[in-house]
Amino acid sequence: MRTHPGILKTAGSALALAGSLALLSVPGLSLAADTSVVDQGKAIAFDRKKGNCLACHQIEGGKLAGNIGPPLVAMQARYPDKAKLRAQIWDATRANSNTIMPPFGRQQILSESDIDKIVEFIYTL
Amino acid sequence: MNKLLVIAATLGLLSTANVAVQASPQQDLKEFRAYFADRFPDVPFKDYINGVYAIDQASREQWESIEEFPPYELNIDKGKKLFNTPFKNGKTYASCFRNGGIGIKQDFPYYDSATGKVVTLESAINDCRTKNGEKPLKWKKGAIADISAYMAYTSRGNKIHVVVPAEEGAQAAYERGKAHFYAKRGQLNMSCADCHQWNAGNRIRADLLSPALGHTSHFPVYRSKWGGLGTLHRRYGGCNKQVRAKPYKAQSDEYKALEYFHTYMSNDLVLNGPGARK
Ligand code: HEC
Ligand code: HEC
Repeated sequence: MRTHPGILKTAGSALALAGSLALLSVPGLSLAADTSVVDQGKAIAFDRKKGNCLACHQIEGGKLAGNIGPPLVAMQARYPDKAKLRAQIWDATRANSNTIMPPFGRQQILSESDIDKIVEFIYTL
Repeated sequence: MNKLLVIAATLGLLSTANVAVQASPQQDLKEFRAYFADRFPDVPFKDYINGVYAIDQASREQWESIEEFPPYELNIDKGKKLFNTPFKNGKTYASCFRNGGIGIKQDFPYYDSATGKVVTLESAINDCRTKNGEKPLKWKKGAIADISAYMAYTSRGNKIHVVVPAEEGAQAAYERGKAHFYAKRGQLNMSCADCHQWNAGNRIRADLLSPALGHTSHFPVYRSKWGGLGTLHRRYGGCNKQVRAKPYKAQSDEYKALEYFHTYMSNDLVLNGPGARK
């Protein structure tokens, strides 16, 4: 994660702060800045047997990426509505029925919680 | 998936190509070639037999040096020996084929109206065996690939000449193969065309995707990944598995139909098998 400056540094310090205030024990916490969730999301996204997003997308920090899909950058700017981003990953065929991008949620390639984590990671890009 | 759905899916995929009525094989062929000519304006038609190396200068030189000392040379020798070794009844493979089986691969696969089946070179090899009281060979590698490699080798330079006659069975087999090629399948929901037509020349991870035009010219193929020779249907199974679809059996009607469509699409290119790929 050291490769992501800016956002994550602030996220990290926010977390440290949150940690010291014992906020992290809240169950089901979905804090956008939770580095451990972002890390897990990254691991799932990069895992060839899971998201394997690098097969088609350039993503910062990933090696030997394919170029079938657009590079995943500036995601917050392009998806002000996080739910839309999640929907794209859950079933890309909704937006484009002929897309080659696998419908990760609809076809149960990834679990709902894996997708949530990927969304958190992608949102930091 | 039921047949209608497959057809509907295929038509849906092709809607941009404007198929209100079912296109004829000749029309398909024209559009298929035009698609690639447009996608790769610098690649001469005859170069498509070289697969990914037709569109990738960087890996092409490496491949050309491999082809100078071809890893499949031994297989051709083995295949030739097997081909010329008489069966227990004294006959040889030559007795089953036109021109003694030499230089004929360009006519395969073809539709046999008598049986209503598509005949591939490998299925003809095994038919020849059973007709002569021998056990059939396993389909995907080993002796059948060696024999097929030898027969391909004697056909090098001949132009692929697959015929789809107007009769119903032949048209149906062609359409079935076409449907397989364009239908989304497997948990990952991808079609052959997704990778080898709409994204040919793009990279999936580190692999450059080859154009489907010319795909069948050099089979059977020696693959470093396999550490040996394999038939076209072995490759089909692998590409089905990649998208987490259950592969069909080698030489099933489904793959024969796919080979029929897929090879027809490469008509007029010359055969250059066996080939080497990574
Ligand atoms: C096999 C190829 C492939 C894989 C694997 C893939 N994608 Fe995609 N993705 C595409 C393509 C192609 C597009 C372009 C949109 C389209 O095809 O409709 C796209 C679009 C997107 C978009 C929209 C981008 C934009 O600019 O609007 C997002 C977000 C996205 N993908 C995320 C992911 C994530 C996250 C994963 C892994 C969990 C993933 N993709 C895996 C091919 C793929
Ligand atoms: C997820 C992407 C993907 C899909 C879907 C796919 N393939 Fe492939 N295929 C590949 C890759 C990667 C290779 C190896 C690189 C190359 O030659 O394109 C390959 C290689 C091949 C080859 C060997 C090419 C050569 O020159 O030796 C054939 C033939 C082939 N595929 C046919 C098919 C058919 C038929 C289908 C559908 C049943 C299919 N593929 C579906 C990715 C795919």
